Amino acid sequence: MIGIEHYVVVSSILFVLGVLGIFLNRKNVIVILMAIELILLAVNINLVAFSAFLHDLTGQIFAMFVLTVAAGEAAIGLAILVQYFRGRGTIAVDDVNRMKG
Amino acid sequence: MDLSASLSLIAPEILLSVSGLVLLLVAGWAGDKASRWISLAACAILAACFALTAPAVCGGAMGAGADAFGGLFVADAFAGFAKLMIYAAAGAVLLIAPPYFEQYRLMRAEFPVLVLFAVLGMNVMVSATDLMTLYIGLELNSLSSYVLASFLKTDNRSSEAGLKYFVLGALASGILLFGVSLVYGFTGTTSFAGIRGALDGHMAMGALFGITFVLAGLAFKISAVPFHMWTPDVYEGAPTPVTTFFASAPKVAAIALSARVALDAFGPQADAWRQIVVFASLASIVVGAVGAIGQSNIKRLLAYSSINNVGFILIGLAAATPEGASAMLVYLAIYVAMTVGSFVAVLMLRTEGGTHTEQIADLSGLSRTRPLLALCLAIQMFSLAGIPPLFGFWGKFVVFQAAVRADLVPLAFLGIAGSVIGAFYYIKIVKVMYFDEPADVAWKDGGKAHWALLAISTAAVSPLGYLLTIWLGSLADKAAAALFLAA
Repeated sequence: MIGIEHYVVVSSILFVLGVLGIFLNRKNVIVILMAIELILLAVNINLVAFSAFLHDLTGQIFAMFVLTVAAGEAAIGLAILVQYFRGRGTIAVDDVNRMKG
Repeated sequence: MDLSASLSLIAPEILLSVSGLVLLLVAGWAGDKASRWISLAACAILAACFALTAPAVCGGAMGAGADAFGGLFVADAFAGFAKLMIYAAAGAVLLIAPPYFEQYRLMRAEFPVLVLFAVLGMNVMVSATDLMTLYIGLELNSLSSYVLASFLKTDNRSSEAGLKYFVLGALASGILLFGVSLVYGFTGTTSFAGIRGALDGHMAMGALFGITFVLAGLAFKISAVPFHMWTPDVYEGAPTPVTTFFASAPKVAAIALSARVALDAFGPQADAWRQIVVFASLASIVVGAVGAIGQSNIKRLLAYSSINNVGFILIGLAAATPEGASAMLVYLAIYVAMTVGSFVAVLMLRTEGGTHTEQIADLSGLSRTRPLLALCLAIQMFSLAGIPPLFGFWGKFVVFQAAVRADLVPLAFLGIAGSVIGAFYYIKIVKVMYFDEPADVAWKDGGKAHWALLAISTAAVSPLGYLLTIWLGSLADKAAAALFLAA
């Protein structure tokens, strides 16, 4: 029998993977966008699992909002990335260093 | 509570969203030629919202009469107080932004619309009494802010600032959201009142994790240490009017939101989150003061200054008393005046060639080349340092007083010690302006709107500000009382 704890463990693992994806990734900003999506999906698993566990619809409605906002967030992130690429000609993470201190 | 009553409570938000959409259409048809008019129209809309919100603040609205949509949204005096500061800061930004962007021929008609949507998001944030409303408001504000940060298309630093802000902001939202999902799972509800009831007495381990994650996500948004690393880069890279905006309005909204979440939803577990807030506040004061010392760019220096100020505001939150919340609001009001004033002064540092200088070295001898501007900037700096005759001192005083009354004497003591370290770099700017040989820079005079804003904010932080203390204090007390209604 799969209980609520299994879902929470899976979503925690996904969340940690997402956070590590942002910090350990040295290559490409697109990978960071994917890591952000991973974090949001981990949250969605949590919300839907808790919603089923608690017999309460709020969590599922919340998950819908999260999905919608995640779409908007990805669109804006990609738009900023395109503009950044036009100026610099690269999207390597190590090159995002015009300001230091 | 019926629908029409709810709708009348969110009148400012309806006005903002509808007029934002209408102005977007106008921007689409009229093009960038109309951007000045659209900016002025947006200012007028913010003024109308100010007028709509002010009665709730003066009347001290609270309780059932201020609840809208079955506990999703509240238009009480606390939210109103924060909203008034947000309108004022956003209005100031709309006045100073068009001349700045026109220099680079990059004034777009979308700019005021984005500011309006960001303000709408902030309004929803400060009025949220449910985790869902909180999240939507936060994202509406953040998404608009990411675009604003990278608004200066031709400047690589601006798009880099936008990118950094986006990545770290999205990470912060993710952390906050993960905490929200845990809080929902372990308390069974997303409404602040429900969470408050569920956290009374025993608290599950998962809920504690949730609270920690939520506070960590909020610490990102208010740029409190240890989640401050994006602030200097974004403040330096973003166009100066946008930096003015980031340092004032969203900070007010995020701090008010943190206060409502901590004191209302997590109120029964104040002992659990107090240690987090105390750590963040002391670390912010120290890092903000020490980090600013070696900076040569004034926007970067002001970024560290804002981290430092957030530390002092968090002292008021750590007190977890109505007096502490009221002290936070007073400090915030003074902080907004000081921040807008200093950034407007920075914006007025325009050379004949039309470029804006950001280097502190270029300020040398400003007292001889532009005495009035140097005097205003010096007053702002002394006020930020908290030197007594100026109004900045009063903000620090009420915050420390609240901490001492809440038996947090060591915290207040360390905070005072930190503010002494912080005074060093503010005074360094004054030293550069008044005692160094004039730099070889030909200055251009600032616009009328800049002078007017600088005069207002300098008058507010000057000793004249003390005339406002009783009035400001009573409004802040009413606002704080609305927050502690359930306690």
